[in-house]
Amino acid sequence: MEVEKLEKGLKGIEESSFFLEEVRSRSGERVELCYQCMKCTAGCPTAPYMDIKPNQLIRMIQMGRRGEVLGSGAIWFCVYCQTCGTRCPNEIHIGVLMDALREMAVEEGVEVKEKRIHLFHEAFIQSVRRGGRAHEVTMLMDYVLRSRDWMRDSLGSGLRLFFKGKFPLFPSMVKAREEIRRIFERCGQGE
Amino acid sequence: MRFSYFPGCTDRSSSMEYGLSTEEVFKALGVELVEVEDWNCCGAAATHSLNRLLSLCLPARIISKALLSGLSSLVVPCAGCFSNLKRTEYVLRNEQRDRRVIEEIVGFRYDPSLEILALLDVVVNRVGLERVYERVRRTLKGLKVACYYGCALVRHPKVTRFDDPENPQSMDRLMRVLGAQPVEWSYKVDCCGADLAMTYGSIVRQMVGRIVFMAREAGAQAIVTSCGLCQMNLEMRQELGLPVFYFTELMGVAFDIGQRERWWGKHLISPRPLLESLGLG
Repeated sequence: MEVEKLEKGLKGIEESSFFLEEVRSRSGERVELCYQCMKCTAGCPTAPYMDIKPNQLIRMIQMGRRGEVLGSGAIWFCVYCQTCGTRCPNEIHIGVLMDALREMAVEEGVEVKEKRIHLFHEAFIQSVRRGGRAHEVTMLMDYVLRSRDWMRDSLGSGLRLFFKGKFPLFPSMVKAREEIRRIFERCGQGE
Repeated sequence: MRFSYFPGCTDRSSSMEYGLSTEEVFKALGVELVEVEDWNCCGAAATHSLNRLLSLCLPARIISKALLSGLSSLVVPCAGCFSNLKRTEYVLRNEQRDRRVIEEIVGFRYDPSLEILALLDVVVNRVGLERVYERVRRTLKGLKVACYYGCALVRHPKVTRFDDPENPQSMDRLMRVLGAQPVEWSYKVDCCGADLAMTYGSIVRQMVGRIVFMAREAGAQAIVTSCGLCQMNLEMRQELGLPVFYFTELMGVAFDIGQRERWWGKHLISPRPLLESLGLG
């Protein structure tokens, strides 16, 4: 009984250090250096909307709580403003870390908590894949179809911008589209 | 003076007045911008959010095309594009293994002698404020502005290497040279919410609301930006009706460029009443 408990405990430690190691090598950021000064969370403009605050997220990575970290909404609310990374006394670039966590979450098929944000990013990438340049009209249509989010909040002013000619109907495209296609393929970014 | 120029996708769409005013202002200064041949999207925030390698290869292709021009500097107006290009430059310069992978995928050889500069940096530090001052025809006297730098221009400082990350001054200095009065305020590098605007408009409304409120509290009559997404968010998600300019537009007013009526028509909050009240219409 005692041996079983001990083995279970050891396995837990192993798993948690494995997650920390994985995040470290994926992001290149030395997450273990964090001593919880909380400058990141204090300066983070989207922290009020996060389920787990940036400093807590880092502690949880150190503790190996993979499921909670990768399944959090917080990793999707980071807009890479880099206020945290600029101020961190241990030079942990948390924006880069958040990118790595999102990539890991999608790769591992974790249930994404902020689906709309994920789908918008997908729609944007697909827009670039198609023409080599971003095209707002087709990208937003793609996003609406994927997410069933009718963007009521933006519709009115979006239409005003459209009538001002700021959202052209026809996309401006790269001529050498095969170059773009090759880059997307080589980067493992299919449809 | 000639620069390789990457206009970016929104130059043709949501921030066309930035592109138009940039072209006119540089023409007036006698500085030539040579558009990068067959450029592509830098990947924006969406790409580095989901695919790191792709987020480095897309800007690398732009760099590869800029190298073909033979010019020594690449100029980028949009702060978001600038940030992505600088991030890629940083990796190409400092991470040999990544560099080899990127070069192989994109099919080019990176030359670190190409410098990547923000448009604001070029105006203030390359063209120089003296040359700008010489071209001023009407000073922007009486115009109080809040210079808004946002995130991507100054952060991360080890990557962008431009101005102070907490209290930048380049745009403030430029505005003073044009005769405007930049206000002191503490929200000049706070985030506008970026592309969260598409999925969580209500959150961005709060973020923008704070920035615009603080600009007005500081006594500003308008906000000045250097980023297409910042400008769109600040105009679209505020309630106070404060006009939001690109810095190149205000240079255009001071240079008395005739084309500027076209730019004002692209704004959601018309800057005409403010400019007319100051005799700058």
